[in-house]
Amino acid sequence: MAEKTYREAIIEAMAEEMRRDERVVLIGEDVGRFGGAMGASKGLFQEFGSDRVIDTPISEAAIIGSGLGMALTGQRPIAELMFIDFSGVCMDQILNQVAKVRYMLGGQVKVPLVIRTQAGAGKGYAAQHSQSLEAWFTHVPGLKVVMPATPRDAKGLLKSAIRDDNPVMFIEHKLLYNTKGEVPEDPDFLIPLGVAEVKREGSDLTIVSHSRQVLNCLEAAGELSRQGIEAEVIDLRTLRPMDFEAVKASVEKTGRLVSVEEGYPQCGIGAEVVARVAEHCMDSLDMPPIRIASKDSPIPFARILEQETLPSPRRIVERILAARKWTRHSQDSRLAV
Amino acid sequence: MTEASSSLDPQTRISLYRQMLRIRKFEEKTHELYKAGRLTGMSPHLCIGEEASAVGVISALNPDDYILSTHRGHGHCLAKGAEMGKMYAELFGKETGYCHGRGGSMHIADVAKGNLGANGIVGAGCPIALGAGLSIQKRHTKQVVVCFFGDAATNQGTFHEAMNMSKAFRLPIVWVCENNLYGLSTPIENVAATPTLSDRARGYNMPGVTVDGMDVEAVRAAAQEAVVRARAGEGPTLLEVKTYRYFGHGASDHRPYRTREEEQDWWKRCPVANFRRKLLSEGVTTEADLAELEQKIDAEVAAGIAFAESSPDPEPEKSTLYVYTED
Repeated sequence: MAEKTYREAIIEAMAEEMRRDERVVLIGEDVGRFGGAMGASKGLFQEFGSDRVIDTPISEAAIIGSGLGMALTGQRPIAELMFIDFSGVCMDQILNQVAKVRYMLGGQVKVPLVIRTQAGAGKGYAAQHSQSLEAWFTHVPGLKVVMPATPRDAKGLLKSAIRDDNPVMFIEHKLLYNTKGEVPEDPDFLIPLGVAEVKREGSDLTIVSHSRQVLNCLEAAGELSRQGIEAEVIDLRTLRPMDFEAVKASVEKTGRLVSVEEGYPQCGIGAEVVARVAEHCMDSLDMPPIRIASKDSPIPFARILEQETLPSPRRIVERILAARKWTRHSQDSRLAV
Repeated sequence: MTEASSSLDPQTRISLYRQMLRIRKFEEKTHELYKAGRLTGMSPHLCIGEEASAVGVISALNPDDYILSTHRGHGHCLAKGAEMGKMYAELFGKETGYCHGRGGSMHIADVAKGNLGANGIVGAGCPIALGAGLSIQKRHTKQVVVCFFGDAATNQGTFHEAMNMSKAFRLPIVWVCENNLYGLSTPIENVAATPTLSDRARGYNMPGVTVDGMDVEAVRAAAQEAVVRARAGEGPTLLEVKTYRYFGHGASDHRPYRTREEEQDWWKRCPVANFRRKLLSEGVTTEADLAELEQKIDAEVAAGIAFAESSPDPEPEKSTLYVYTED
């Protein structure tokens, strides 16, 4: 184990897979000599050359289409979409081509394509470079959606995504690139897609989250603990397929559900989690579920406005404490602090 | 316009005719089946009138070359080697169809024959062709990609992205614009900045060629030049094939946007009938031989439909099969 940044973990995952399998290629804007807009492909061009690390024009539909065309003809491409916000420019290629070609062709093809992109706010990039649009892709059958929160998960999940025979949206978070953590060096270290992880155990309530908000949830859980409430924090890691069994097991234990995400509040990942809990373990719930998301507006520029828009540890704690009065079984004092 | 017919041997010319006639008869029967209510779903986009494009271009390819097709793609599919039975089965939504009933008319393809898929989104095949080209370049296999699209696709952003990148990267692609004059009802001349669509190639610094799409030998010759360039690593070509769809966009289109006289004029240029006449007048074949060939195709069509009709439906409980490889 070595301490690595999230960025280093991403680079290492790609480098290892490119060494292991010469069909793996990286294509995107400024991914070559420049090393990626987020620096997440630094060194790959130097090691693997321009045949396998391909700088494209600023043509997002062409980037995704190129990835798909390569995947259909025996390569295992990673297409980098610089910001998830740019998916609007190439949504047809993702939605109607990448996600559907295998099904429409009745299984005649496989699409081993990873679309690497990054989402999230917190850097003052304003409304067109800060969104968390993972729910869009999670909606679509044919795609897998992965959103890691830690360097370890980033490496293990990206390697699995590259080895997967299905299209995977691999969504990084721009505020996580410099975060550090232990990362295994074994080149066969993999984390399977579709498996959530309990990032913190607790008995009083279940917080379900993904990507950077997991870190906020852990911070909030620390504060709640000081107030006598033990929160279990589940990191979904993969949004599609979603490891609902992990959520269910936790909710059945705690009886309380909180979902936290950075995306917009309507029809988000939290909506899906809450709906599934309502369908499958309603009887376990001791209080109405809480959904925490960004405010229902575009992401603003000014730091003071941006911070107000996003979920924060403080907001998570406040919402949970305020919910105390909604507890159905008032004799249950676990939340009565 | 090139006069290359004399360079082709009789066998090749008869084969071109046979392929065009297979497409014509396949489509005529498809139309009949749809009109009779025996096919469900969106009415098929027939390529009757455009046979010389599919056959001329694809006859210039090797079996391991790739094509990308369109919503008007039955001809491309057949010319690239697909079997009629599995195609009809797909039109009928049967389990034995190429796509096991998941695709239908707009998405039929035999991938094993190098057909990477027929696209229902105008211009969406162009970016995918780039990837096939990049893959060829990386593997050094000397294959070529033909990307078919209609006139209307040249007004999509994907067309621009793909033209530009294909030339910038010298990809082995032949862009084939089947200009049948109308995007559904809209005349291309009303909505295109350049009356001749191949002129757009100039903006991408690549060869742009317009060819008579009602003359299969001319199409083949023009395609061959572009294919040779692509295979030699000299990059892409935009080939505009001027053609005409004799039927409407779909079955519900009664063509109020064009005159019957215009259609009659184009019928006089029918690529199948005229080539037949030419083969006879030049002594390449005889009425008797052609009659036999036509009979064989009729039998192929009949057998294909019989196969489709007698095939089982897909199993409803397996409707989610093929979403993911794990399914």
